[in-house]
Amino acid sequence: MKEHKHKNVFKQGAIPSEFIGESIAKHQTKTSIGAHNIFLGQVRADVIDGKTITAIEYTAYEDMANAKFHDIRETAFEKFNLTCMHIYHSLGTVKAGEICLFVFVSSPRRKEVFKALEYIVERIKADVPVFGKEIFEDDTHQWKVNN
Amino acid sequence: MNITIKYFGQIAEVTKQTNETISFPNHLVSELIEHLYVKYPELKNKSFKIAQNQELVSNSTKLTGGDIALLPPFAGG
Repeated sequence: MKEHKHKNVFKQGAIPSEFIGESIAKHQTKTSIGAHNIFLGQVRADVIDGKTITAIEYTAYEDMANAKFHDIRETAFEKFNLTCMHIYHSLGTVKAGEICLFVFVSSPRRKEVFKALEYIVERIKADVPVFGKEIFEDDTHQWKVNN
Repeated sequence: MNITIKYFGQIAEVTKQTNETISFPNHLVSELIEHLYVKYPELKNKSFKIAQNQELVSNSTKLTGGDIALLPPFAGG
């Protein structure tokens, strides 16, 4: 079945900085790499009508989202000269200031990773069915919309 | 035929459930949406895309019996 063949990009809760650090360390053995580029999405404490966002609660159509992440990955490998690529996205509650998206691309040369990272992040924002409930300090909420 | 419909985010707030299976003739996506508008009038005020078998489809797509999903605006990242 289609929904089982894709890697699971989702992690429950915020992405810890230790995890990000360990991901970088793991690449020290891959010595053909000359350039890494990393995008970290962080939950912003926006103030709307005087109320501050304290967290985002993420949900997703997980099977479709993992299929989309797979497609983004395949297309990025075709378009850019990449050695490797890793994408992690949070599900569940991520507090303001915590990391909800981690994209990590590596290549022999720097120009490829700048282009690839922007391409991947923009496609994630536009094409992947992830939904974000923005929770305010008074427990009311609104729904996040990417633009 | 039976169709499973999945609801997400603010759409699930309107339908008060995350999925349901209904019996529906194998017509067009637009006809299913009309049916859902009658069942959940508040859906008319919501913006959403429709996926069938995890692929986005238009109103004029024929229903195949595959899973339908109502997807509110994406908010990844």
